[in-house]
Amino acid sequence: MLELKNITYEVEGNKEIIKDVSVKIDDHFVAITGPNGGGKSTLAKIIAGIVTPTGGQILLDGEDITGLNITERAKRGISFAFQQPVHFKGLTVKDLITIASGKQMSVTEICQILSEVGLCAREYVNREINNSLSGGELKRIEIAMIKARGTKLSIFDEPEAGIDLWSFNSLIKVFEKMRDEIKGTILIISHQERILNIADKVIVIADGKLEKVGTKEEVLPGLLHTATACSTLVEKNER
Amino acid sequence: MDSIQKNLLAQVADLHEVPEGAYNIRANGAGVSRNTTANIDIVTKTDKDGIDIIIKPGTKNESVHIPVVLSQSGIQESVYNDFYIGEDADVTIVAGCGIHNCGVDTSKHAGIHTFYLEKNAKVRYVEKHYGEGDGNGENIMDPVTIVHLAENAHLEMETTQIKGIDSTIRVTKGDLAEGAFLEVREKIMTHGKQYAKTDFAIDMNGENCKCNLISRSVAKGNSKQEFFSIMNGNAACSGHSECDAIIMDSACVTASPQLTANNIDANLIHEAAIGKIAGEQLIKLMTLGLTEQEAEEQIIQGFLK
Repeated sequence: MLELKNITYEVEGNKEIIKDVSVKIDDHFVAITGPNGGGKSTLAKIIAGIVTPTGGQILLDGEDITGLNITERAKRGISFAFQQPVHFKGLTVKDLITIASGKQMSVTEICQILSEVGLCAREYVNREINNSLSGGELKRIEIAMIKARGTKLSIFDEPEAGIDLWSFNSLIKVFEKMRDEIKGTILIISHQERILNIADKVIVIADGKLEKVGTKEEVLPGLLHTATACSTLVEKNER
Repeated sequence: MDSIQKNLLAQVADLHEVPEGAYNIRANGAGVSRNTTANIDIVTKTDKDGIDIIIKPGTKNESVHIPVVLSQSGIQESVYNDFYIGEDADVTIVAGCGIHNCGVDTSKHAGIHTFYLEKNAKVRYVEKHYGEGDGNGENIMDPVTIVHLAENAHLEMETTQIKGIDSTIRVTKGDLAEGAFLEVREKIMTHGKQYAKTDFAIDMNGENCKCNLISRSVAKGNSKQEFFSIMNGNAACSGHSECDAIIMDSACVTASPQLTANNIDANLIHEAAIGKIAGEQLIKLMTLGLTEQEAEEQIIQGFLK
């Protein structure tokens, strides 16, 4: 279980701020949503240790991990899929999946993970993680790394960002499947109604503050019908 | 051969035993063993230090190993090796030099390799440079490679210098006839106070010839690297050069490419990128459980793979 206690992040000159966010995340599939620039990604980075909060505490299964660095948190079971996957000259899909899993992997095992995220495996195993791969492919590899780790907390920062609608439709299926299969908690930042619909809990972050927490039945109707609460979601929905 | 020399051989030529096929092994300034085959002859030069490697036309799937090891401190030599590759031959040539210097004197090896590829000849040329030693003596290597590619000849050259060479000036010159193809892949890592300079000059003279130069390097510590490339497009041809360097600590890297098109249909491209390891690459690997140092090692290893 992940617990955030009074998490605050305020840095002069930085627009991305978090104000006193406290929330317990213990459901299986939790979605964070809210307007762009509202602090969702910052909050996810604070959990992964990439951004250090200026105040507050983070507890993972009761242990205070606020002072731990990225590596230590990763070793305690936090995984983080970037919104914009990083390119690596020279490192291949196989290399990254192997690093992610923390053990030597056979080609068959790697193929298994890749096909679970919808990549026709063999042709990808030795591909370099560079711009010869499309945005959708990089996203899938990013997700495959999280699956290879299989930790107790998996955070996904807007998996739908930057990919086309066709790729997205099949990506949704990956998450629906992951919801049924993965153990532990999935924390996913998303604007997509189809993702929110499969969430056990929805957290709304706006202006750096925790605006609402509840089941999708409690949160979604309010979101979709008040333009001020989440104009992005409404816009995306209308498109 | 003693164990030091054997280890050097393993480093530069992946040789653990006597190689198959043709070979010439040179240690401390003299030839120690040689084997020729029906198609590949190796002849000692009479006018200067070095050998001629003569490969008959049509020779397929054979290999030649010509490693050099220096294990006595203070040996300085220049060796001239000429390769004559007959028409339609398809061979692999493995050269390489390993220096073990535990003394205080400078050890230096300059290999001047000239390749003459006849029509349709195809060669894969692999060259590794490696140095070690616990003394204060410097290890210096100044390889010169000159390639002459006749019509539709094809040469792929891989050079690697990862460790232990204090100073290197690497010169590669070439001329390409119609339809010829030259690819050079070089990998360099320098640390401490090492210096490495790469100097390419390629004349693309024939219609539809192609040249591809790819240099990847990592400069650590206070080391210094320079990359110079000259590519002259004298016909309808395509040339591409790429210099990619990771810079660390207080190292210094210079890249100065020069492209000259003397023909309206010459198509020449250069890409150069020098920079430190991207912070987000480190962060990504750390979120997978690696420490910052392990992440750095993985990135460098992949980059120079």
